[in-house]
Amino acid sequence: MLANHAKLMKFFSASEEVVGRKKLQKMIYILKKCGVPYDEKYEFHFYGPYSEELTLRIEELCNLGFISEVKEDKSNYYQYRYGMTQQGEEFLNHSQVELPPIEDKIEKMKEKSSRFLELVSTMLYFDDLTKAEIEEKIQVVKKKSNYTSKDLEEAWQFIEQIQH
Amino acid sequence: MAYKDEKLDEEKVFKDPVHRYVHVRDQVIWDLIGTPEFQRLRRVRQLGTTYLTFHGAEHSRFNHSLGVYEIVRRILLNFEGRPDWNNDERLLCLCAALLHDLGHGPFSHSFEKVFKLDHEDFTKKIILGDTHVNEILKRVDLEFPQKVADVINKTYEDKLVVSLISSQIDADRMDYLQRDAYFTGVSYGHFDMERILRVMRPVEDQVVIKESGMHAVEDYIMSRYQMYWQVYFHPVTRSAEVILSKILHRAKHLYEQNYKFDFEPTHFISFFEGDVNLEDYLRLDESVVLFYFQMWADEKDSIISDLCVRFTNRQLFKYVEFNPNLQMKEWMELYSLFRDVGMDPEYYLVVDSSSDLPYDFYRPGEEEERLPIHLLMPNQDLRELSRESDIVEAISGKKRTDHKLYFPLDFVEALPDDSEAKARILEILNS
Repeated sequence: MLANHAKLMKFFSASEEVVGRKKLQKMIYILKKCGVPYDEKYEFHFYGPYSEELTLRIEELCNLGFISEVKEDKSNYYQYRYGMTQQGEEFLNHSQVELPPIEDKIEKMKEKSSRFLELVSTMLYFDDLTKAEIEEKIQVVKKKSNYTSKDLEEAWQFIEQIQH
Repeated sequence: MAYKDEKLDEEKVFKDPVHRYVHVRDQVIWDLIGTPEFQRLRRVRQLGTTYLTFHGAEHSRFNHSLGVYEIVRRILLNFEGRPDWNNDERLLCLCAALLHDLGHGPFSHSFEKVFKLDHEDFTKKIILGDTHVNEILKRVDLEFPQKVADVINKTYEDKLVVSLISSQIDADRMDYLQRDAYFTGVSYGHFDMERILRVMRPVEDQVVIKESGMHAVEDYIMSRYQMYWQVYFHPVTRSAEVILSKILHRAKHLYEQNYKFDFEPTHFISFFEGDVNLEDYLRLDESVVLFYFQMWADEKDSIISDLCVRFTNRQLFKYVEFNPNLQMKEWMELYSLFRDVGMDPEYYLVVDSSSDLPYDFYRPGEEEERLPIHLLMPNQDLRELSRESDIVEAISGKKRTDHKLYFPLDFVEALPDDSEAKARILEILNS
């Protein structure tokens, strides 16, 4: 039952706390690109890969009381903070869903900014292209973000680390 | 004259129940509509299994695609000559609007889930592959097919072009809300599109709405909200969708077990093997799928046969409200009881969550998570819609999700009256 929800609960169990919906979106996408079998469908949006299905499923998990969502007013925008609840833990204990180990990858991603994860996930989105084509594409689709060659280099290293 | 500039001698029109007429003057658009890949969309329903709930919902992705094209055509008439708008992108926008759903397969929601497919990938493959559509687009310019694919994939450099086809208030949504309302016959889904088109403005890299048009947008958001719950998430449609998915799962499972089908699933083999090429994909439309379901209704495997009879004859699963948190123990007990009485719970006991359907209502999100609807204020500032509109703010914050438990009540009722399992199953389901 609710296998896709249970897979997400494994993520919350491993991450303890995630700050920001954008960060959450990009983390799940990066895990997916690392071969973790998340079924949420992603499309390319203004700020990189984004999954409406994931947004809805997170909303459901909140409504079920399995994760907590704290909305913080940042004057120009809202920011959301997510963590697993006791009931969520119980749900996960009953679930028989298995995932490959994700803890290390999550730790690595948590240390990074959402801006950086946006870059990484966008690069992974174009992973059917060559390295040079990906870098060119980033300059086209992320023109406003002004990613530097240093950012790109760091992102390549990060991808190398996290995918192996 | 370059092919991209060629016009038909006389404007062609398609009579359309939503927009009255769809107008075509560009030779390129006319030629694209005539391709086999585009004509195939006539054989794919816009709303999948919804016709089993709302019998009028037989409209196809062909109708919708023409509708999206027509809305973009009208938006561009309004954009001509405005700052921030480059009219050289006109044909690109029209082609992308027309072709945006080209890769949808039959009952694509279930097919995508079961066979791990993505219709966007197939849209791209049709546009870039060895197809009639690609031939036409290449005649415009060798780079043109890639540009059209990029716009549809939302990775085109000019974000303004992308946002016409895909944003929170785009031509796609404006067409499907009105069209789905019309064909289902519901009284929701209507809003003043003419007004919205008049107040849309290109500003830098996005389409925004003049603040004076806020109430028309409120109506559009409300219409999305109502259609979402009244039509797209209708529990009976979800029951049909559950059965459809289970048929596909069962057929795949049987194939993997080397089951000998009485009627060979020729059209499905590459789907079962996870290696679908474009040719196979384009051959499978809803008429073909429904034909297989009729044939499989006579299979000796009792599960696929039963599920196909149910789908074909609309003998759907019944449902009860279900809370996976509060009823976790009951779920586990039901699962065992179903197994004990010979109803495989993998096929006959299904929890369905509303988010498993691909429609959304307005969610503003947080900064830089996704692009919201922006209002253009009289002082030229941009403000996010839900910050200005109490109505939108109220439904944006309103959380509502829905889980239902689907099962074949007729099977349960057919169990012997003295069966303890039957009594307990009914007790749980009715509690």
